[in-house]
Amino acid sequence: MRNLLLLLIGGVLVLVFCAANSPYVLAQDGAAASTPVATSPTEKEFSPVQSLAASLTIFVLAVFVGFEVITKVPPTLHTPLMSGSNAISGITIVGAIVVTGLSRDVITSGVGLLAVMLAMVNVVGGFLVTHRMLNMFRRK
Amino acid sequence: MDIQSLIPLMYLVASVLFIFGLKKMGHPRTAVQGNLLGALGMLLAIGAALFDVNMQALAAGFGVDRTHYVLIAIGIVVGSVIGAVMAQRVQMTAMPQMVALFNGLGGAASVLVAGGAMAQDATPTITELVATAASAIIGAVTFWGSLVAYGKLQELTWFKRPYPVPAGQLVNALLALLTLAASAWLVAENSLPAYIVTALLASVLGVLLVNPIGGADMPVVIALLNSYSGLAASATGFAIENNVLIISGALVGASGIILTQLMCRAMNRSLTHVLFGVMDAGGASASTDEVYATVRSTTPDDVAMILDGAQRVVIVPGYGLAVAQAQHAVRTLQRVLEDRGCTVEYAIHPVAGRMPGHMNVLLAEADVPYEQLKEMDEINPTMSNVDVAIVIGANDVVNPVARTDPKSPIAGMPIIDVDKAKTVIVLKRSLSPGFAGIPNPLFAAPNTLMLFADGQKGVLELNAAIREASK
Repeated sequence: MRNLLLLLIGGVLVLVFCAANSPYVLAQDGAAASTPVATSPTEKEFSPVQSLAASLTIFVLAVFVGFEVITKVPPTLHTPLMSGSNAISGITIVGAIVVTGLSRDVITSGVGLLAVMLAMVNVVGGFLVTHRMLNMFRRK
Repeated sequence: MDIQSLIPLMYLVASVLFIFGLKKMGHPRTAVQGNLLGALGMLLAIGAALFDVNMQALAAGFGVDRTHYVLIAIGIVVGSVIGAVMAQRVQMTAMPQMVALFNGLGGAASVLVAGGAMAQDATPTITELVATAASAIIGAVTFWGSLVAYGKLQELTWFKRPYPVPAGQLVNALLALLTLAASAWLVAENSLPAYIVTALLASVLGVLLVNPIGGADMPVVIALLNSYSGLAASATGFAIENNVLIISGALVGASGIILTQLMCRAMNRSLTHVLFGVMDAGGASASTDEVYATVRSTTPDDVAMILDGAQRVVIVPGYGLAVAQAQHAVRTLQRVLEDRGCTVEYAIHPVAGRMPGHMNVLLAEADVPYEQLKEMDEINPTMSNVDVAIVIGANDVVNPVARTDPKSPIAGMPIIDVDKAKTVIVLKRSLSPGFAGIPNPLFAAPNTLMLFADGQKGVLELNAAIREASK
């Protein structure tokens, strides 16, 4: 399990490195990235109401999927279910990474860093503790 | 196909992995795999986010500073190490407070993300602003509420009893109104100070909301906070227009709500009563002395003799068993009985532990096979065929008053019908009442014998007596 963890963290770090070296990144001297902004020609502007409706649709459908899937989980597994879904709620790590990356002042960078850290505790701790518990349920 | 159009697809695959992962949580055999699928989805989402940053920066007309990637890497490593150490070290009995803490951290991260994104977005839409306000409120309530829940579950001295807040519900209502006013200000003015005020007010609200809630209701609170942490992530998803956040948050939100409902039903408490710390006041119940007039006490040797002729034994564990660390001793008892051709099952009440499903984990840790862990609804109809029911460290969840006395504070609460078994052995330290604070007529029933002992010691003595008797 420790190896798995190291593998995961290592994988994430490799990803960070790749992303940091992708051609769009601002060079360290501060020059703007040379690659032009790739906007697809078919892109249309959506009105705020349209995009809200789209997001709400996704939200509501996901709630229904959640209800369907979760009601089938037996009470025996409710604790691992909780810690596992808890780890999934650490998905806010995605937002934290975006905020940190886009930050242009020290305060937002700090806020972003803190958010990345907290969310990552939630994610890694949640998945690992769930793994620990579920291993106990394996047939001996 | 360039990477830009790949990112949303990666988020989609991550969401699908989360859903499949949760689906596989439906059976103990596939659950490990399900959890790993979820972790894989998270890895994918993080990978996508790392490239997403580039794209968003480009769209805004600037590049990402490389040092920011260093910051992200630091955050990821530090967070992972802290999380991993916590997950490795935690005792299974301490799982509820651990989950509460993680919930809180997720909520806090959502608050920070929504605030940071607001500071970066010069022209937010009204939807984004409303979502940002929601994220601030739900996230802050989750964080501070979870911290208080953690303190209560960890039994820190500060949280031993609720702080007396004069006219608590009025204060809460006022605070809620103020929070809403602050968020209206936030939406109207797109002002960052308003965001901070909203988050601060919601923080106080979070503390005050969980403050009055008592020990027995903790499973409900944890499940609810679990749901909130998901909703906070979802709100953040609306604020930064990211579908994977919306979907995952909704999944977790739904999961938490279901568990909250189940817990409420298992305690026969309405959610509002739990939230407002109302203890359902009971009518005049019979006095303790009267109820316990015919209590019969027994010895391990006598119990061993009774068990000698038993074909089917059901063990009913309560949280008292976990407190006394008696799980392993009970597992031995089960083996000893099984060696003599006896069928042994465990009857698990939904609120037997301190969070949904807690008792199952505690018994699984002691190597009890999950096939032998029976739910209340599954075992109750067959209870009259049970030769001996052994109740260890449970009280309110086996109190027949819940069925018989409509005026009792636990009236209508589903219980495990141990009183229908041919013989009931109750292993308990004393006749002290459970959380509901009422006497339990089961202890004085004609088919009940009380074995007064400390959980672990009592079971060990019982094991020794059975081995002695079978020689």
